[in-house]
Amino acid sequence: MPKTNSIPKTFGAIALAAALSCAGGAQAQDTLKVGVVGFLTGAAAGPFGVPARDAAELMIEAINAGTVPAPYDSAGIGGLSVDPIYVDEAGGSATQVTELRKLVQQQGADAVVGYISSGSCLAVAPVADELEVLTVLFDCGTPRIFEEGSYDYVFRTAAHATMDNVAAAKYAATKVGDIKRYSGINQNYAWGQDSWNDFTAVLALQQPDAKVSKELFPKLFSGEYGSEISALSISRSDVLHSSLWGGDLESFIFQAAARGLPDVMPMILTTGETVIHRLGDSLPDGTILGARGPHGALANDTDLNRWFVAEYTERFGTPPTFPAYHMAQALLGLKAASDKAAAAAGGVPSTEQVAAAFKGLEFEAIGSTVSMSLAGGHQAISETAYGTYRFNTETGQPEIVDIVRFNAECVNPPDGVKSIEWLQAGMPGAVCD
Amino acid sequence: MTAIAIFIDGAVYASWVFIVALGLTLIYGVMKILNVSHGAFYAFGAYGTATLVGLWFEADLPVIGGFAMMIGASVIVGLVLGFVLERVLLRPLYDQDEVVLVLVTYAAFLIMEDLLRLIWGSDAYFAYQPFVAVGRTVVGGMIVSNYDIMLIVFASALGAIGIWMLNHSRFGHILTAVIHDREMAASFGVNVAKVFAVTFVIGAILGALGGAVTAPKVSVTPSMGVEVIVLAFAVVAIGGMGSVTGAIVGALMVGFARAAAVHLLPEIELFVIYAVMAIVLVLRPEGLFVRAKARKI
Amino acid sequence: MTTSNTTLAVIPVAIAAGAAFVLPEWLLFLATVALAKGLVVLGLLMMWRAGLVSFGQALYFAGGAYCAGLLTHYAGITDIFVLTFAAAVFGGGLAALAGLLLARYRGIFFAMLSLAFSMILYGALVNSAFLGSTDGIGIERITVFGQTPDEHFERTIFLFALLMSVVGAFAIYRYLRSPLGWLAEPIRDNEVRIEYLGVSVRAAIHIKLVLAGTLAGVGGALTAFAVGHVDPEMAYWTSSGGFVFITILAGTGSVFAPFLGAIVFELVRSFAFAYAPEFWQIILGGSLLAAIVFLPGGLWSLIQSKKGEGK
Repeated sequence: MPKTNSIPKTFGAIALAAALSCAGGAQAQDTLKVGVVGFLTGAAAGPFGVPARDAAELMIEAINAGTVPAPYDSAGIGGLSVDPIYVDEAGGSATQVTELRKLVQQQGADAVVGYISSGSCLAVAPVADELEVLTVLFDCGTPRIFEEGSYDYVFRTAAHATMDNVAAAKYAATKVGDIKRYSGINQNYAWGQDSWNDFTAVLALQQPDAKVSKELFPKLFSGEYGSEISALSISRSDVLHSSLWGGDLESFIFQAAARGLPDVMPMILTTGETVIHRLGDSLPDGTILGARGPHGALANDTDLNRWFVAEYTERFGTPPTFPAYHMAQALLGLKAASDKAAAAAGGVPSTEQVAAAFKGLEFEAIGSTVSMSLAGGHQAISETAYGTYRFNTETGQPEIVDIVRFNAECVNPPDGVKSIEWLQAGMPGAVCD
Repeated sequence: MTAIAIFIDGAVYASWVFIVALGLTLIYGVMKILNVSHGAFYAFGAYGTATLVGLWFEADLPVIGGFAMMIGASVIVGLVLGFVLERVLLRPLYDQDEVVLVLVTYAAFLIMEDLLRLIWGSDAYFAYQPFVAVGRTVVGGMIVSNYDIMLIVFASALGAIGIWMLNHSRFGHILTAVIHDREMAASFGVNVAKVFAVTFVIGAILGALGGAVTAPKVSVTPSMGVEVIVLAFAVVAIGGMGSVTGAIVGALMVGFARAAAVHLLPEIELFVIYAVMAIVLVLRPEGLFVRAKARKI
Repeated sequence: MTTSNTTLAVIPVAIAAGAAFVLPEWLLFLATVALAKGLVVLGLLMMWRAGLVSFGQALYFAGGAYCAGLLTHYAGITDIFVLTFAAAVFGGGLAALAGLLLARYRGIFFAMLSLAFSMILYGALVNSAFLGSTDGIGIERITVFGQTPDEHFERTIFLFALLMSVVGAFAIYRYLRSPLGWLAEPIRDNEVRIEYLGVSVRAAIHIKLVLAGTLAGVGGALTAFAVGHVDPEMAYWTSSGGFVFITILAGTGSVFAPFLGAIVFELVRSFAFAYAPEFWQIILGGSLLAAIVFLPGGLWSLIQSKKGEGK
């Protein structure tokens, strides 16, 4: 067995367990096998996949031991102890579909928690339904998943990209001031395209005179933005919107900062919170950051949050960022739904019972309350927050200041309305505090 | 304004892709091996640079040394990988078909990608200090990084040295002889095996150098060699495989085509390079700078 | 086809068809993907015999997959026969077009130009929102004679892939024994002499390209049915590299070799990926090197020498 890596061992253990359970015939189930999928290799691993995997490890151990603070202080999920199978999300959509089939049909996963890329989510959702495996999408953001399809076994515990971009546009409209021209750089796939469409739709409502100067869609994982930065630097924009994430975001920030782009136009980074501990003072002051919900430096001060930050920081040496929060949120959602179903069933619940309990569930997550209130109870909404970055040279620590919070009903569409239609209609029914 | 941007971006991109393609075309010209593992040299060069530059700046040493570290990393990577690969893998297989040799280097590429991951892990590395340290200049109203200007100067110098060496140095004459006719050169007493080994190592160093100059600009990640290798293929195929002048022209065509696409017609950005490659190959099947060969009967 | 050869062909096919009712679903899925790749490699085998190696076969593979995908997505066609036929025609058509230029090329230049064509398709797929850009597009559930095989989806697709493989292998077997097919090796050895015989080498190669493109189109469609999703990675150069990889691993001694090679390849890849994720590329690269150095005739040469009928 190579080195001390846990993945081969886990697989070995699972193969052994599968062999034993086959040999023993129909035994009572005592563990819940959960496939945990995220980028473990490639440029998205460091800022997204690894924090998510770390959070999964921490949460699963705590859940199995029953040491998560209330209301999650009962051991296990639906009475079963969790046995995770970690899978790499690298390789593209078709690979992920193949891996999901293997996970369920070959390794016998009972549930799947995963997927960072919107491309993966769009590809696996129909297959998850076909395989009838409860699948909790923990991080991917495109609204298309439930707006263009409907699934019985698929849930998403993170709010979708519309929330991030509505809040970003509202924040920019008040904090940047008068915007005459603005530009965007977003990756050429569902997440990037949807983020940009939502942002421009809301900014058109907030500041009708603002005009789009440059809209750039480089390839996902391209990593080199020399020409794009040239195009932006001569675009005379007042603000730059970007939903780049992972290694792409980090590369873009380095290249843009070295050429002084942020001095000319402040950047709004909808996933910017992921890089603050990794880049420190290389991230320019004044950059507007989101965390796709009240996560990390933008989290509310709750018991669960204090516990999570302390445990995570002690164990991994760096504070958790939003992918870690999203993962914890997904596992807590799964636990809340399973525990509810178990109580109703008076024993280990079936997948269908858990799915029924998950629909429309409202549960306490790390940073805030989450309601599964869109897409017939399959899609979460939550409150969110935006702030402005500042590197504190005295403490040597990154800070987010000037934080503005948005309640869930203010920045999410009502149930049954497609995001882009809601935005184009002027966001009817939005209730802001 | 846009014209200036296209010119500068095109020149920067051309310089970068030329540095990568130079080693590839040299190896092909002399050895007739289309070396897929060049992409791995590139990635190792980037990682070596990220490591050495990281150590250098952690120790708070002067900036200029950071550039020395980049060259040092390339030389080490090229010497070690180039030597091992040539001696262990290629030398016993030289008499194989050209296409089989491509596959041998493809296998080597796969293996080296995993080795890279075993050595450095899968998290991203940064070596941005040299990029940030040199500052920036305003050219025609556009802010340009001085690092990119240095890249253009460096690539031009490399091209000039390459051509001068081939035409005027002793080793260059030997190389020209081997490129022209391997058997003839051998019969005149040229030690072809030694020429092959030296060429391969030089090519490997150049490939690593391509990665080294890229490392400060990007987050260095394991799969960075996959994309670069086809790009370098395109440059080499356009210019004519084995021609240094061809690599210069190919790099300029690729660089300006891409820059123009990004600024004027972003929809075609991703395939404009390969469209140029296809058009050139259709008009001149062996590239722009290669003499036509007689058909064998 | 001699009687003994027919028997030899029928036995493994019968075993495979029987296995479809025994094997677990994930293994059937893996076998389906392997057969689909085997069809693509069958085309490469045919070209290899004429001395041509394509580093762009992913063009026709992805072309067939996207053809099937777009027909389900935009036209609502889900019939497996219609989709496969359309993908075959589309793959062959693409090859006929590309062949107008490609048929003039040989050796490394043929490889490079086919690579360029496939990368153009890749760029177009990634850049086009209509074609799903980086996300690709999902495939609707396919139907067989108007029925949705929900209960035995994996088995149905596998049996269909097996049928296609048998048809493909038989067709190519007959082709290789026809005068035009038989010319492959003479073309590799010396084209000019063939021309003196009054045969147009370019036309002969063009036909091979179209046949290989058709097979790759069918392979792409089968992959799309099984996976349920198509994405631009299918057109990327690494995908083409994989097909050439299997060609070398399998050997070019028989029309069955590609399928054997593809199944071995998929098994190695699947298990290496599952049990040694840090080493799986080392394992793949190592087996490719081993095949080149120790088994110049590929895996098929092992079987051939056992049968004692080596050439």
